[in-house]
Amino acid sequence: MNTNIKQAEIDISDQYEKMRGEKVNVSYGDKQALFDVDVSIAANKVTALIGPSGCGKSTFLRCLNRMNDTIDICKVTGTITLDNEDIYAPSVDVVELRARVGMVFQKPNPFPKSIFENVAYGPRIHGLANSKADLEEMVVTSLQKAGLFSEVKDRMNEPGTGLSGGQQQRLCIARAIAVQPDVILMDEPCSALDPIATATIETLIDELREKYTIVIVTHSMQQAARVSQNTAFFHLGELVEFGTTDQIFTAPIDQRTQNYITGRIG
Amino acid sequence: MSNSVADTSTASSVTKKRDLNLKKRYAAERRFRAMGIGAIAIGLFFLAALLFTVVSKGYTAFWQTSIALEITFDEGVIDSAKKRVEDPNILLMANYPRLARNALQSQLGLEKPTKPILKQLDGMISNGVRVQLREMLLSDPTLMGKTQKVWVLAEANIDSAFKGQIDLSVAEKNRKVSDAQIGWIDDLNSKGLIAQKFNTGLFFNGASSRPEMAGMGAAIIGSFYMMLIVLIQALPIGVAASVYLEEFAPKNRWTDLIEVNINNLAAVPSIVYGLLGLALFINIAHLPRSASLVGGLVLTLITLPTIIIATRAALRAVPPSIRSAALGVGASKMQMVSHHVLPLAAPGILTGTIIGLAQALGETAPLLLIGMVAFVADFPLTPLDPATALPVQIFMWANEAERAFVERTSGAIIVLLMFLAVMNIAAIILRKRFERRW
Amino acid sequence: MSLLSIFLIVLCIAIAGHFAGRSKALSSANGKASGLHSLPAYYGTYVLSWALFPPMALMALWLVISPSVISNAITSTFPVEVQSLDPAKTSLIYGTVESIADGLRQLNPDQITEVSKDISLLKPLLAENGIALASDGEAYMVTSALTMISTQNTSRLLLSIFVIGISLLCAFYAYRKIEPRFRARNRVERFMLAGLIAASTIAILTTLGIFASMVTETGRFFSSVPPTEFFFGITWDPRFASAGDTGSAGQFGLIPLLAGTLYIALVAMLVAVPIGLYAAIYMAEYASPTLRSIAKPLLEVLAGIPTIVYGFFALVTVGPFLRDISAQIAGIATGDVANFIQAQSVLTAGLVMGIMLIPFVSSLSDDIITQVPGAMRDGSLGIGATRSETVRRVILPAALPGIVGALLLTASRAIGETMIVVLAAGIAARISINPFEPMTTVTVKIVSQLTGDLEFTSPQTLVAFALGMTLFFLTLGLNVYALYIVRKYREQYE
Repeated sequence: MNTNIKQAEIDISDQYEKMRGEKVNVSYGDKQALFDVDVSIAANKVTALIGPSGCGKSTFLRCLNRMNDTIDICKVTGTITLDNEDIYAPSVDVVELRARVGMVFQKPNPFPKSIFENVAYGPRIHGLANSKADLEEMVVTSLQKAGLFSEVKDRMNEPGTGLSGGQQQRLCIARAIAVQPDVILMDEPCSALDPIATATIETLIDELREKYTIVIVTHSMQQAARVSQNTAFFHLGELVEFGTTDQIFTAPIDQRTQNYITGRIG
Repeated sequence: MSNSVADTSTASSVTKKRDLNLKKRYAAERRFRAMGIGAIAIGLFFLAALLFTVVSKGYTAFWQTSIALEITFDEGVIDSAKKRVEDPNILLMANYPRLARNALQSQLGLEKPTKPILKQLDGMISNGVRVQLREMLLSDPTLMGKTQKVWVLAEANIDSAFKGQIDLSVAEKNRKVSDAQIGWIDDLNSKGLIAQKFNTGLFFNGASSRPEMAGMGAAIIGSFYMMLIVLIQALPIGVAASVYLEEFAPKNRWTDLIEVNINNLAAVPSIVYGLLGLALFINIAHLPRSASLVGGLVLTLITLPTIIIATRAALRAVPPSIRSAALGVGASKMQMVSHHVLPLAAPGILTGTIIGLAQALGETAPLLLIGMVAFVADFPLTPLDPATALPVQIFMWANEAERAFVERTSGAIIVLLMFLAVMNIAAIILRKRFERRW
Repeated sequence: MSLLSIFLIVLCIAIAGHFAGRSKALSSANGKASGLHSLPAYYGTYVLSWALFPPMALMALWLVISPSVISNAITSTFPVEVQSLDPAKTSLIYGTVESIADGLRQLNPDQITEVSKDISLLKPLLAENGIALASDGEAYMVTSALTMISTQNTSRLLLSIFVIGISLLCAFYAYRKIEPRFRARNRVERFMLAGLIAASTIAILTTLGIFASMVTETGRFFSSVPPTEFFFGITWDPRFASAGDTGSAGQFGLIPLLAGTLYIALVAMLVAVPIGLYAAIYMAEYASPTLRSIAKPLLEVLAGIPTIVYGFFALVTVGPFLRDISAQIAGIATGDVANFIQAQSVLTAGLVMGIMLIPFVSSLSDDIITQVPGAMRDGSLGIGATRSETVRRVILPAALPGIVGALLLTASRAIGETMIVVLAAGIAARISINPFEPMTTVTVKIVSQLTGDLEFTSPQTLVAFALGMTLFFLTLGLNVYALYIVRKYREQYE
């Protein structure tokens, strides 16, 4: 265990550990972005990654489904496991991994296709549906889970880009759900949205937790407090403190966490 | 399958692996990648094939076979009646090729040749010898009766044979060079009297129907005049138009129309510009056909859109803060442009201009229509004289039937591509050297 | 007075005006430049601009208008029976009179009097001065030629007087206006702005020029060949053009030329589109920066090679290669070694043109593909799509409008391409679906109708303008539509 991390007094070891990062180091070319990060992600919980901008929280998130592979100069060392299997092992297939660990991005990025096609995209490429009716059911179920179905059921064939920002982001969530992942990674999913749309998404995240493990990067402490059960605080590429959200926000151990929460850094 | 969504709800245990058809999908991925690499490879192969064709057929054009002859300026042949003092035309009309043939005959040690042999001997030496020897004698009349060693051009087919380009396994009557001539070439070669020399004529001679004498001198001069005319017209007009459109023009229908217009003109087939030039400059303005002035005017119109588009991009790359700074210290808009924006955009403008000029240098079709397909043996002294252009010269040579012209065509293409390469490399260096990151 | 000397005199006036204006400005401010509204040089430039530009504009206008005025005046001196001939013949006679006038200028007055008396002396006398006449000429022609000379001389004299006079007047006007508070810089800048605006209208003038010349010459063509025969005719057989002979009837059917043009363009697109598109996708989505930095410029070298070089490549390499290989194949297949592909054929021209178009397709598509936002790529990769799935199902559909625009631009290039088809497609105007045989194109026929000696009155020559107009409107339509699509596409992602 890295000495830098002050482990919370409240033990989270009773929760099933879905994913785990151990001694994760990430560098872009000469610049190191993460230093020996250890995080445990509990199943069916929302884990929030918080910290000032440029602290490495998004970098860590992108390591969890190997999105960093798409950047040539990015180098990752250490171990990250999913259900106790190393996801950076040579035997692991990145496509399969991403089908299990889906991702929702900062800016809503629906494809320039119809709403139906947006959601059906994942099942189609992965060959998850056996028939047309099957596919339609998957789309409907995913949209229902994303809380969008009632709003779009009459215009499934209209382009997804025509929806409002909040609806677009829920469409992207539905798109991720349709692949039936175990884990959903969310990279500041509300940063481009207005407060009302944000509230809707936050409620949705809380509901999704029953079926999925969720990791969310957010720059808003209030949001972390509202939606997450566990919180990790990053600062300058280091994991400063990790524990339950209650503990981090009420009784932070590290001075830097304290400063961040009270608004002195950030 | 429909209840598989529910299956994942037991997320606290390890989910079973799903069959995602990975094998098939990765095969498709590999095929797709292979298509991409294949496409690039095919493109590069064509480039290599094209360059290989040109270079392999053309590099020999830079050397031309010459034969060393001990020429005796025999008065009996040139002026048997000794009347040259009264009638200077005798020296002009004399049978100089006979002198060369006699010299060759004695060099090969041929006694009393028959008519067919004489004909083959004549076929060894380029007809250019007539002018060459005449000029020698006219500039130095004391040569009369003397003997002098002179390198004369070999005839085109002899040149090909000496370069090993003629297939000797073909039956004698089906090839251009006879067995006797091959024997003579070997004979001369063993005596060191036949050699390949650097082909200055290729660069300096005018048009000729005989391949060994044909050169692209008139074409190079014509192309040079045209580039000059394009440069002095297209650069100022292009820059002025771009400055107006970028810096001064209000955004309205009129400037929008100009904008669309310029983009369209860049895509109008060049041959249409040739028709415009024919109708406007030759038919209405009565400028002379085949003149490099007309060619330059037409090429200016073709090049303008390219220069305007490049200049506008260069102007746009100058950050607005520079403009604000200049206006802030009380410069007028015109001063802001001429003192600050234009100098900063100059490298970009020059790069665009060079690329435009390179495009104009390779342009052929419009020049055909304004009559530059001309047999121009003399150098054009002014842009109003009949001239031709490098690419047009290539076109004319490509249409010649004789095989020796294929070599010359390729040689001319090499020269043209060299010019283009130099211009483009200059543009790249300019861009690299002065590229500014704001 | 020659045009050059008029120009030089005006230039001298302008330069003198520059110095005069500058010193007047300085002296009016007691030698202190700070007392002036503008820098002293601006006052000089102000006078210079007035002394130079209005007279030059007048000169240009004069030179444009005077030839037609003179030609009307001269034509009216012709005998009535000549004037009533058809316009083509009149213009031929006018040409003769022009050359006679050229010749007479070189003769001395005595010779001119002799010639006026005896017309048979005209031809030999002019021939001595290097001017060859087609006919012996007639007496009225000499009279007209003399009128022409005197009219032209008068015109030139008037021009000199007017231009120099106006230059002086303008310089004086500008000089008078100079005083310390005079805003010289603003006035000079107004001149400059006028210059800039004039330069920017050249683009419009070029289009108008193309349009006007095409329409007038095509109009003349349609006066001898009905438009329906041109646009719907299926036979191209123009016969030969001969001077003054407008009666020889040829058939000018556009259809076979258009068919050849479109067929060759189609073959070229079939070569260029898959290769160019796959190359663009690979370079935008897969290639390492090193490979990209090498392969991209190398492919673009293909775009910098003049089309005449491609034509030569087709003529000496590709055509013979296809011919020989087809003979080999025929030999293996049927035992009869006969080539079924001609050296000049639709396939040869299309293949080589396709090679030329590869870089156009690839760099245009590359630009468009890289404009698709990265977020879309991430969205697809983030839920487990492979790269090729992302490209095929997300990026290409998103880029489709832009790519269609790019392909239309490429097609317009293929249709207007000239040198490759001149050397590789052949000159046989016929309609065929066999790509192994020669066909010809609109551009080839424009070139072949306009090379050699021209007679601007015969339909054989004028048909080139009708073909050119067809080509212009065809490519214009494609370009306008393609540029519109690409522009809309850019705006979508900006």
